Amino acid sequence: MEVDTGKLNSIIQKYNVDKSYILAIFQDIQRTYRFLPKEAIKYTCEQLDIPFSKGYEVATFYKTLSLKPRGKHTIHVCLGTACHLRGGPNVADTFERELQVKIGNTTGDGSFTLETVNCLGACALAPLVRVDEQDFGKTTPGGVKNIINEFRNGE
Amino acid sequence: MNMSVAELDRIVSEYKNKTEGFEKVVLICTGTGCVSSGALKVFKGLQDAIYSEGLAGKVLIKKTGCHGLCERGPIVVFGNDEILYQTVGKRNIDDDVKLLIATIKDNQIADKLLYKGDDKTKKYVSTRDIPFYAGQTRLVLALNGIIDPEIIEDYIVHGGYSALFKALSMDGDEIIEWIDKSGLRGKGGGGFTTGVKWRSCKTAEGSPRYVLANGDEGDPGAFMDRSLMEGNPHAILEGMIIGACAIGSSQGYIYVRDEYPLAVERLSKAISQAREYGFLGKDIFNSGFDFDIEIFRGGGAFVCGESTALMTSIEGKAGEPRAKYIHTVERGLREKPTNLNNVETWASIPEIINKGWEWFSSIGTERSKGTKVFSLVGKVNNTGLVEVPMGMTLKEIIFGLGGGIQGGKRFKAVQTGGPSGGCIPEEYLEMPVDFDSLTKLGSMMGSGGMIVMDERSCMVDVARYFLKFLVEESCGKCTPCREGVRRMYEIVDRICSGNGTEGDIKHLEELGKAISLGSLCGLGQSAPNPVLSTLKFFKEEYRMHIEEKKCPAGVCKSLITLHIDPERCTGCMRCASECPVGCISGEKKQVHTIDQAKCIKCGSCYDVCRFDAVMIA
Repeated sequence: MEVDTGKLNSIIQKYNVDKSYILAIFQDIQRTYRFLPKEAIKYTCEQLDIPFSKGYEVATFYKTLSLKPRGKHTIHVCLGTACHLRGGPNVADTFERELQVKIGNTTGDGSFTLETVNCLGACALAPLVRVDEQDFGKTTPGGVKNIINEFRNGE
Repeated sequence: MNMSVAELDRIVSEYKNKTEGFEKVVLICTGTGCVSSGALKVFKGLQDAIYSEGLAGKVLIKKTGCHGLCERGPIVVFGNDEILYQTVGKRNIDDDVKLLIATIKDNQIADKLLYKGDDKTKKYVSTRDIPFYAGQTRLVLALNGIIDPEIIEDYIVHGGYSALFKALSMDGDEIIEWIDKSGLRGKGGGGFTTGVKWRSCKTAEGSPRYVLANGDEGDPGAFMDRSLMEGNPHAILEGMIIGACAIGSSQGYIYVRDEYPLAVERLSKAISQAREYGFLGKDIFNSGFDFDIEIFRGGGAFVCGESTALMTSIEGKAGEPRAKYIHTVERGLREKPTNLNNVETWASIPEIINKGWEWFSSIGTERSKGTKVFSLVGKVNNTGLVEVPMGMTLKEIIFGLGGGIQGGKRFKAVQTGGPSGGCIPEEYLEMPVDFDSLTKLGSMMGSGGMIVMDERSCMVDVARYFLKFLVEESCGKCTPCREGVRRMYEIVDRICSGNGTEGDIKHLEELGKAISLGSLCGLGQSAPNPVLSTLKFFKEEYRMHIEEKKCPAGVCKSLITLHIDPERCTGCMRCASECPVGCISGEKKQVHTIDQAKCIKCGSCYDVCRFDAVMIA
């Protein structure tokens, strides 16, 4: 994949080409591409003058960074303790079935990436589902279809 | 920019004049919980209605931080806690906005929106009368739900930054003396005496010194820090500035989870406002003291809540912990003296300076002073955030404030302390909650997550849940944690699948001990706790899974089947419409049946049935 070095440069410069901001740089790059392309890691490491292995270590250590391309919408099913107890795993299973995709993967048409997360901190509304920036509280397996349709049709 | 005190007073009194001119104040909760329940739509609807009714200039609507009663959101409060409306806009937003307007115009109280008691007959008008709030002592959360977190003037007119002025006139050692004498201990779970930590950092050799706030609230089931960062960010900043002034630091960092975008946004806004006012920056209020704060977004790694891992992460590396034979107050971030406190600890500081250490130490128990914020969640009626004096019993919190168990089910256990804690059964409900008492039960108070479980919660499944969490979150540095926790997970997973064997419990206990002894950081050392504590109090449930291949709570899918009792089924069709795989069939008013071949055993039918007709065997 080809990356836009102009865009990368402006992100890296925003952090004064300081290697201690590598995580923030990666997060900003991910916001641009919806994932972290390997080429972008390589380019960033060159600019920050650190070995690729160091950059790769950071990129694979932190869970919010994704080296795989993400779909148009990212669905996060919360599996924090409260969500787990109130049926979060069943909601996650239902998403897998309805979208015909396993957790951690993207649908064939590239519209949804399905992921789980270990707590989004809205435990009073368990089980919680976050699609992009929007939260859905007290979800049930029966309500999963409606959530998917809201985003599928709302293009 | 450097501002004088006189100028500041002028700006504040201007803001006061502006806001005191309104006849009515309406507070709309825009914490994460209420926003996902539709609070922003209520705000927009009310704002439009106020304009079209010609009430603009008479009514002030404020967006506030979390009120705590998230279960009943969106929450709308009138004036100084006079009226609390709950679930506003949940049925019909236009109707509810009309009710709000009627309250504003004619002081008409909308019965429909009032909070109802557990028996659904008693209605409460004022926030102060609702048991959930009446039993609380809100010190840290005092301004959450009252001020607009995005307007610094609102914080200042409520007494904000007055503690900083006082602290600037005090000697650094005197400030530390006060914090020490107040008895304040680290609220992130460690419970280390804050004053002692500050003093060690101040006297450590080396410069610069750093002060850090830990907002990497990774414990699943806990959202105290989030609500504080979103609801009252300036209190955290003020605490940090006072701490930096006492310790002699010129640079601070707040480490916030990337999963909390609203917290990052509000803290960033607060920091730039504080800079404009001269609370941050060079020569703060001509005291000669320089200090600034930067936000560092985490990357979704639980281990980064551990002090050394957090510091490694800020240095731009993978957040792995290191051994602590040299304390971080001596050599922490970039090998320099570093003082790290949880955000709730920081937010406690201004009030101690304002009201004095004697006041603070008069609250709480002998060894645990002040209050603690808990996130009361799970199978409890009033889920949300509560702040109580240290030493309140579990029973008072869960049954008094929390209103007991949802759906009239039976209490089984409460999980405290996150993945490092444990499950506490019914017989210990009278236990006072403070830093030391829960540790005796194999759990801990931790950062404040309190997850209530009922008879439908399987304790073996809960243990498996935490182990899975820890397998994913172990950073991999120490073998006992990386490999040992995985082996424990495999054993417990096998038990849940009905393949448990006789020696499993013994193996788990042995492994647990080895992992505790052989791991470097708190994550590994405490990783076996969820298993060991459930084994301690719920061994019978493990035995039933292993020997009888039964899950008494009806959770472990390999061990249960669901069927409908023809005697009880009324044919209401509720289960059929809820079933995600459509395996329930039956005509209206006829007995329904479950197709066992298609059933995925999710239990949705059991949960929605109002006639107890779905049976788990």
